[in-house]
Amino acid sequence: MTQKFDFTVNGKPVSVALDNEETPLLNVLRNELDLMGTRFGCGLEQCGCCTVLIDGVPEKCCAKPVWSVAGKAVVTIEGLGTPQRPHPLQQAFIDEQAGQCGYCLSGIIVSAKALLDKNPSPTRAQIAQALDDNICRCGSHNRIMRAVEKAAAQLRAGAPS
Amino acid sequence: MNAPVLPGPLKDNPSLARWVAFPAPGQVAINTGRVEIGQGVLTAMVQIAADELDVAMTRIAIRSGDTALTPNEGYTAGSQSIQFGGVAMRQACADVRALFLDQAAKVLACPVSELSIRDGSILRNGVTTGQDYWTLAGAVDLKANATGAGQRKPVAQLKSIGQSSARLDLPGKIFGQATFIHDMRLDGMLHARVVRQPNRGASIGAIDERAILRAAKAPVAFVRNGSFLAILGDDETAVDLAAVAADTHVKWQNVETPTAVQQEANWLLQRPAVDRIFGAEPADPKGRERFERTYTRGYLAHASISPSCGLAEFRDGHLTVWTHCQGVFPLRAALAKTLGLEASAITVHHVQGSGCYGHNGADDAAADAAIIAMQKPGVPVRVRWRRDEEFIYEPKTPAMIVKVHALLDDAGKPTDWTQEIWSPTHNQRPGAGGNLLGALALPNPPPEPPPNDVPESNGGGATRNAEPLYDIAAKRHIHHLVTETPIRTSALRGLGAMPNVFALECCIDELAERAGQDPVEYRLSITAYKRARAVIEKVAAMAGWKAGEPGGAGRGRGIAFARYKNRAAYAACVVELDVDEGVRLRHVWCATDAGLVINPDGVINQLEGGIIQSASWVLKEQVRFDNSVASGMASFDWETYPVLKFSEVPEIDIALINTKDEAPLGVGEITAGPTAAAIGNAVSHALGTRIRDLPLTRERIMASLLKE
Repeated sequence: MTQKFDFTVNGKPVSVALDNEETPLLNVLRNELDLMGTRFGCGLEQCGCCTVLIDGVPEKCCAKPVWSVAGKAVVTIEGLGTPQRPHPLQQAFIDEQAGQCGYCLSGIIVSAKALLDKNPSPTRAQIAQALDDNICRCGSHNRIMRAVEKAAAQLRAGAPS
Repeated sequence: MNAPVLPGPLKDNPSLARWVAFPAPGQVAINTGRVEIGQGVLTAMVQIAADELDVAMTRIAIRSGDTALTPNEGYTAGSQSIQFGGVAMRQACADVRALFLDQAAKVLACPVSELSIRDGSILRNGVTTGQDYWTLAGAVDLKANATGAGQRKPVAQLKSIGQSSARLDLPGKIFGQATFIHDMRLDGMLHARVVRQPNRGASIGAIDERAILRAAKAPVAFVRNGSFLAILGDDETAVDLAAVAADTHVKWQNVETPTAVQQEANWLLQRPAVDRIFGAEPADPKGRERFERTYTRGYLAHASISPSCGLAEFRDGHLTVWTHCQGVFPLRAALAKTLGLEASAITVHHVQGSGCYGHNGADDAAADAAIIAMQKPGVPVRVRWRRDEEFIYEPKTPAMIVKVHALLDDAGKPTDWTQEIWSPTHNQRPGAGGNLLGALALPNPPPEPPPNDVPESNGGGATRNAEPLYDIAAKRHIHHLVTETPIRTSALRGLGAMPNVFALECCIDELAERAGQDPVEYRLSITAYKRARAVIEKVAAMAGWKAGEPGGAGRGRGIAFARYKNRAAYAACVVELDVDEGVRLRHVWCATDAGLVINPDGVINQLEGGIIQSASWVLKEQVRFDNSVASGMASFDWETYPVLKFSEVPEIDIALINTKDEAPLGVGEITAGPTAAAIGNAVSHALGTRIRDLPLTRERIMASLLKE
């Protein structure tokens, strides 16, 4: 039986009609809403490629049933910034060339945003801890952590986010 | 005068139109057979073309890895894209520039020596002429073959090459754009999952279709050809659910699963093997001191962050395939053979995937899509492997045993060196002897490929870096190519270089210790190679290396060196770490000489990645087998195959030396061996005892401490 699920994505209300209420939010984002920025990595909530904010909390959405986000606010990488108006994190990732293949970056940048929302002045160790749920296989870790530090400094200095 | 020698890829693809085009006023298009796998190669190629054509980078669009468009450069592998592909691109652009200058000289009735090019415009004695690439394009035949007559720019005139350039592909990834093959959606496309044949020779006994359809909760269909079974539908969630259900509701016959004992490198001893010896005749061992050590490493996974993906469509007798594999032309040849099509009836396009680090499941996923598409003409098919499917079925890098036998002189220096290796093959790429995985499930599967490894002329597979570069009177290596293996093995970043350098550079430290010498001093005393000495001296200075620093108190330092393939780039690493129950990396310093560097920041990024990935292999990684699990693989997700985490990576400092004067060399693979060995040496320095089996797990460290 088709059911309707209402929630917001990047501030806009969305309504999706699905036969299977267990459909993972990730599949809804990618296949129903055409938001490809949130990547599939494992489907097991292990690698963090699919990290989004749900009511401000970083969560992996590859196994999160769509019914569980009804009425909630979802923010994806596309909701952070655009090439014309980059989020300070995105600008810092470009400045630091923080990435190799880039497949993990959407989830990492969203995890970093959740960290900076909560803690504007994280230490290197706190950044590492916050990103330990995200896997980077190419070995861009140090650049990524430098970019998060840089973005934190810019946000503290009043950069618009 | 002899004709100039063309770089290999340009000789193989001589038509300049394959490399360069001027599609519209102000625009340049370049084509490379190399593909982006996260290493930044496309950015480097654009930098090269900008310099040799004298145009701004922003004018240049690059197309890559496309059987319909680009040069055939085989595989993007072996750290050879810049060394060969980049040099070919330079020469192609230099030839194109020369053709346009000749044409401009004709039109302007002046000698070429008065002409130059600035951002595509032709200048005469520094003054604009109204001519440019685009006004002249109609009169210049780019279908002409390269001659090598175009002069490549001397180093002093390079503007873009040698400057750090931001990666052209990174912003799209940072803004979450649809840049990956996984993000491709074609009109009318169906999602598909393959119900994997557990092993060659296994066949389908029974399928409980009703149970699978019930689990899907939405319509899905089956496609079957022999033991090749796939599930497809327009709802990806339903297809996924059906595929999970198929794990229990498809019964296989003739299943063989590997056992735990086979996961260890030592299992390779006493297996059937093809034996080969390379190098000097054995020395007379009489009267000399013998030294013998054995080092091992288990099977490793590529563990790409994204499971493999492939798309295909068979329409009007033509098959189009989209893939993130490393070689679109070899894949096309393998698909032609598997599907019984002419190569000309197949087009293969590269689309980026995640980092692959070698031969992962990419080719196989493309073949899966192609096999299904052939049965569904007119319907685009997208296959995306599941996470466990990638871990279980991707080709692994083989376990290896490396045994060093050396003879020493009175001063404790090696005079004779034999490196004896037991290893399955490092190359079962399609086209290089291996088969596409899906093909094995089809009726009349292709025969087992004959025993084969990468030839020495290509740097060797298991034998890569099997000989020390040091000044040793006689060196040889013995290769036991193990032909009976429990799982499919193939290329991973550096092939045999990591285990070989790990073994030999740890042995060098053991020999230094026996001789009562500092490891840096000892290495310098046995190598006269200027460029080798330079990276060793540089890294020691960077790390503030102090001879004779006492170890054994939980903190250790280690050094290691290698010249990749003994003929490519040089790298030396120093590692500082702490050991208590486990290893905690503190700092890695690395000095490299890769000759002319195109994009310094890109090179540093690659080197950092190589160091961190090697550290992950050394400290954490081994593929484990378990025949009580249906697939036989105990490593099937990120919990059963953990890799290095953010909180575990060391600080890294990198120095590039000799970046202008020597030919450019690749760097993606050069730090794997030196990092591994420097960690091994540092752990030994910290513990006062040596562990010779990888990975250096907590269990091994505890066992080694208890033994003391």
